[in-house]
Amino acid sequence: MAIITYRDALNQALREEMQRDARVFLMGEEVGVYQGAYKVSKGLLQEFGEMRVVDTPITELGFAGVGVGAAMVGLRPIIEFMTWNFALLAMDQVVNAAAKMLYMSGGQFNIPMVFRGPNGAALQLGAQHSQAWESWLAHIPGLKVVAPGTPYDAKGLLKAAIRDDNPVCVLEGEMLYNNKGEVPDGEYIVPLGVADLKRVGEHCTIVTWGKQVLVAMAAADQLAKDGITVDVVDLRSIRPLDERAIIDSVRKTNRCVVLEEGWYFAGVGAQITDLVQRECFDDLDSPVIRVTQADAPMPYAKGLEKAAKADMPKTIAAVRRALYLD
Amino acid sequence: MAKRTPAAKTSPKPAASAPAGDAERTLHLTLLRSMLLQRRFEERCAEAYAIGRIGGFCHLYIGQEAVSTGTLSHLRPDDYMITTYRDHGQALARGITPRAVMAELFGRIDGCAGGKGGSMHMFDKATGFLGGHGIVGGHLPIATGVGFAIKYRGGDQVICCFFGEAAVNNGAFHEALNMAALWKLPVLFIIENNRYGMGTSVERASAINDIYERAASYSMHRAMVDGQDVLAVRSAIEEAVGRARTDQSPTLLEMRTYRFMGHSMSDAASGTYRSKAELDEYLKRDPIALLRAHMEARGTLTEQVMQDMDTEIKAIVQDAWDFAEASPEPPLEALMEHVYVDTTSDTGNTAGAWS
Ligand SMILES: Cc1ncc(C[n+]2csc(CCOP(=O)(O)OP(=O)(O)O)c2C)c(N)n1
Repeated sequence: MAIITYRDALNQALREEMQRDARVFLMGEEVGVYQGAYKVSKGLLQEFGEMRVVDTPITELGFAGVGVGAAMVGLRPIIEFMTWNFALLAMDQVVNAAAKMLYMSGGQFNIPMVFRGPNGAALQLGAQHSQAWESWLAHIPGLKVVAPGTPYDAKGLLKAAIRDDNPVCVLEGEMLYNNKGEVPDGEYIVPLGVADLKRVGEHCTIVTWGKQVLVAMAAADQLAKDGITVDVVDLRSIRPLDERAIIDSVRKTNRCVVLEEGWYFAGVGAQITDLVQRECFDDLDSPVIRVTQADAPMPYAKGLEKAAKADMPKTIAAVRRALYLD
Repeated sequence: MAKRTPAAKTSPKPAASAPAGDAERTLHLTLLRSMLLQRRFEERCAEAYAIGRIGGFCHLYIGQEAVSTGTLSHLRPDDYMITTYRDHGQALARGITPRAVMAELFGRIDGCAGGKGGSMHMFDKATGFLGGHGIVGGHLPIATGVGFAIKYRGGDQVICCFFGEAAVNNGAFHEALNMAALWKLPVLFIIENNRYGMGTSVERASAINDIYERAASYSMHRAMVDGQDVLAVRSAIEEAVGRARTDQSPTLLEMRTYRFMGHSMSDAASGTYRSKAELDEYLKRDPIALLRAHMEARGTLTEQVMQDMDTEIKAIVQDAWDFAEASPEPPLEALMEHVYVDTTSDTGNTAGAWS
């Protein structure tokens, strides 16, 4: 086991998969000469050359479509968005082309490609650079959506995403790239659609994914000091959703908090709440509680930004409410 | 460095004095046949739409047949093409069977997309037909991506991308052309300038009227072509395909054409945004009539041959209709099929093996 950063874990996944399969290429803004806006693609241009590590103009709609076209005729593109905020310009290609091609063509053209990049807020980047898009993406039949929270999951999920024959959106985190964690030396895959019980407890379930996993783990540590133990179900994949893992945990703890980075209205948490009320109706001792970003664009001012985010204190408060402690 | 190609304003027909050889006759009959098939097919589509056999949006190709036939008659079987929702004619010209196209229109299981695509979304992997696409401009970056893949694999194929003139005002057009020119990709961008995007004329939508000049921004080869003259289309395509195969550079061709019907089945042929007089003027340049007259002048077509061809084609289209009608509707299990594939690429290193 080596201890490496989330960034290096992604870099290893890219390198290994490009070595393994000549059809895999990486395309996006600043992925080559600049070595990646967040250095995730460091060294890849030198190793694979400019046909396989392709710097694009600032043309999200265009290069997302280039990926779809290349995938239609047998390549396996990895399209990097500098951040998912900019992917909005490419949404027509992601939704209307990549996600629907297999269906519209009656099964003739699958799109084996990856869209990846950092998702959600970093620090004080303001309204246009601080958005979590998983509820938009997971809404679309035909797309798979994953959000790794740890270096181990980042590497394993990205490798699985590259090998998958469907379009997969990989939501990384700007605030995660420097985080370190254990990653095995040998080859491994984290299958899509399989959650991971990151913490085992008794009193409440916290369902979360992506960078909020760290928030949930910190909250779990705090709560433990007061004798409250929680299950932390890290979904890892939002679509396909590991419903079983959620149901099993809630049936055990009888309480559920869903922690998500994005907005409340029509968020992924609403979907999970729907599942829990349907499948665990008789098991619940309290209503499902959702912790989300405030229902407003992200402000710049430090204090306001902190108030807007779904953080550890809010998560702790939600668990305590679920336990009727406050 | 790409340089400007002069606009081909007149068709490079063989000199009237040169006697017509067998090769010329055979080629011209093939072109005539292809255009006539599209025409008769679309006429029956209008009929099928009127009685509810075809649903949804349905955009007919009548009047524009020289563009599809002239272009696709020049492609190799291993080349690719991609187009808009106005795709029936091109599907036929590319060699998808009339049966499979009609069955798709009828929403039946034997359609070329299993009944899931419909009029706007014809697909056929076997002929490299990468789809009819419904979002104006959306498929242009996809075409650039296919060009990228061809170059990546070191092949000498080309991709032909058809779109209406209204798409040139859309950002996807510019993004796609810029990358194709920047990376020197074997893409033929073919504007079917039928003068109107629904009801808005070129003059009311584009800051320049010679829209092939848009390619100047990308230092891309470009030309304006008489899109009613199938031979002119063919020779413009021949040049552009040659350039794409040998030095992989892209071309923008503006085919000046006209649709003889409304924008879709819900639009009248004339009366609101274009006059009957204008339509009548363009009807004089019917691409089928033009080729027919040319062949008659060259002594390569008789009235009898024409009639026989028409009779045969009408029978083919009737057969397509009968086939489509007899084809079952997709079973309800098909609803949830093809949302995802359940495969992964676990085959290891596949360098050089292109699926
Ligand atoms: C992005 C987008 N906007 C609007 C439409 C609705 N629409 C469908 S066809 C059309 C006109 C397109 O005209 P043109 O590109 O010239 O092609 P033509 O129909 O003449 O073949 C419009 C506005 C659409 N399909 N996609």
